Amino acid sequence: MKVTDQIKISLFRTMLRIRQFEMAVREHFQKTDIPGFAHLYVGEEAVATGLCAVLNPDDYVTSTHRGHGHCIAKGADLNRLMAELWGRKTGYCKGRGGSMHVYAREVNLLGTSGIVGAGLPLSLGPAIHAKLNKSGQVSVCFFGDGAANNGTFHESINLAAVQKLPVVFVCENNLYATVTAVHESTKTENFADRAAGYGIPGVIVDGNDVMDVLEKADKAVARARSGKGPTLLECKTYRHFGHYVGEPGTAYRPQEERNEWAKRDPIRMFCTHLVENGTIDPEGIEAIEHEVEKEIVEAVEFAGNSPLPDPQTVAQHVWSGQ
Amino acid sequence: MVREITCTQAIAEGYAVAMRKDPSTFIVGEGIADRGGCFGHTTGLLVEFGPERVLDMPISESGFVGMCAGAAACGSRAIADIMYVDFTTLAMDQIINQAAKLRYMSGGQYEMPLTIVGVSGANRSGGPHHSQSLHPLFMNIPGILVVLPSNAYDLKGLLAAAILTNDLALVLPHRGLLNARCGVPEKDYVLPLGEARVIREGKDVSIVAAGMMLHHAAEAADKLSDRGISVELIDPRTLVPLDENTILKSVKKTGRLVVVDEGYSNCGVGAEIIARVQEKAFDFLDAPMQRIHPVSAPIPFSPVLEHALLPDLDKIVDVVMKVAR
Ligand SMILES: Cc1ncc(C[n+]2csc(CCOP(=O)(O)OP(=O)(O)O)c2C)c(N)n1
Ligand SMILES: [Mg+2]
Repeated sequence: MKVTDQIKISLFRTMLRIRQFEMAVREHFQKTDIPGFAHLYVGEEAVATGLCAVLNPDDYVTSTHRGHGHCIAKGADLNRLMAELWGRKTGYCKGRGGSMHVYAREVNLLGTSGIVGAGLPLSLGPAIHAKLNKSGQVSVCFFGDGAANNGTFHESINLAAVQKLPVVFVCENNLYATVTAVHESTKTENFADRAAGYGIPGVIVDGNDVMDVLEKADKAVARARSGKGPTLLECKTYRHFGHYVGEPGTAYRPQEERNEWAKRDPIRMFCTHLVENGTIDPEGIEAIEHEVEKEIVEAVEFAGNSPLPDPQTVAQHVWSGQ
Repeated sequence: MVREITCTQAIAEGYAVAMRKDPSTFIVGEGIADRGGCFGHTTGLLVEFGPERVLDMPISESGFVGMCAGAAACGSRAIADIMYVDFTTLAMDQIINQAAKLRYMSGGQYEMPLTIVGVSGANRSGGPHHSQSLHPLFMNIPGILVVLPSNAYDLKGLLAAAILTNDLALVLPHRGLLNARCGVPEKDYVLPLGEARVIREGKDVSIVAAGMMLHHAAEAADKLSDRGISVELIDPRTLVPLDENTILKSVKKTGRLVVVDEGYSNCGVGAEIIARVQEKAFDFLDAPMQRIHPVSAPIPFSPVLEHALLPDLDKIVDVVMKVAR
């Protein structure tokens, strides 16, 4: 894929949309407008953005509990996404899902997930569906370093490998699973090394460099699309905030480590790169920032003004044809 | 004359009916392709439908059930042949947390045409891991159809029906009935889900029993008739949806009810059916309703212990005698 200036600018815009969306989620979670849980993707925007940039609109994505970024990068409507988080009738799932169970069929987003590791088996479904229909679609499966130690990782990657399913497995290694550091849960240095055990390529990616993500994702997606089977990408990255909004203790992550990663903020790094290369000037950046800000304000207004679901409908959608 | 086939053959035919009817249907399982399944119950499918639609799986129950759920959401019709129902426990997250809820969680954006087939029930020392009747577990989860056929005719038609619905379904043929034969038309047919069958009419006591228990209850009914007790025997055939009306109608006539089921009693089939009758036909009852279940212990291996645990002819006769008195 040739990365034009226009594409680069849209990558920047997508990362910013995710960032600002998440900051709004944080604010409105703290104000208790948003019930339940909220796991923010701040700091990891480059992964979803770079990955989804090489996908076709009808390719599939399965996501995680930290999934707003995947939804947005896949093209989900900000209003309906925000409304779902607010538990409103106008949300993608009519308020039945919430943050950890967002499904957006119109962009083939087959779900964020409240169960860590559950998306891996599920992601094989779109892949075999595509293979049976020779549609050329690809299925992308995002999951965390924590999920990589769930049994579904093994079953799903092996199954996809033997069936040569068009899947790209994307391990978002943000170094922690809740409060557990990756070196406490995992003996190998890189999750990508495990790919060898399944006879598929494993690739280490700088998850804070959107261009690195895009380049490596492009190869993995092309490989899947051409029928050669799955790839395991390991994107090294870091979340800026706690595991969820309101997490009480954050001492398990050394301040020094946090500072180091803050310096490698994916959006700031890419912005600098764009300006230094003359892809866009600072005014252009500012204009995008304003546009995105407007979109987010609108999404919050849409959610806030949306009706709540009708309690009479609580049993609707359990069975087919309801 | 209608030819007779076994339940094993009926499974293969039920699969084929659905796969012919909807070409988007595929089946996965362990050793189900050229080896024809560990009971011989998928014989012929590979030849008729080809390797793209009949796929052998690694021993990855969570992996392939999840794959089927995802594919079903995308518009394929999927069959996961999981061998024994005991192995659904390995895929419970994908069944309960994903497949059963996906339509609901998504606010109706997806259908779930996935059917899981697992042989169920105790038979000749299968032991604790190959004998269980787990249907009450699934009955407790909204969004799962539960089918417990008692004969090859029903099995073929109900299996095809389950596959062709857009709901997640569990179809549970009984292991002890796999070789049981009955008349089954060669032609393709589909039976309605949620329709009980009155196996024999009677006036003194209603017995509701599915799967293998129906056969024990039928024997008991013969014996009871010798003793002057007339049993009305009902095979619910599907537990979800449950044909409540047929049961209520019968109890209103007989005034007495005994439920026999191979699942455990605690929050089980007996509890459910008896509760519903109590709610809706209390005034018609002439005696306390009774339920007969296995002893609440794992299914033991040794034949004497296995026998001691399960409901059988004598236990059913005893209980019905007391109820009828
Ligand atoms: C099966 C399961 N076990 C535990 C949890 C609780 N939990 C939620 S998120 C999480 C950590 C996941 O870590 P990781 O996969 O690295 O994702 P990250 O939060 O770092 O993005 C845990 C343990 C869960 N939701 N599901
Ligand atoms: Mg993590």
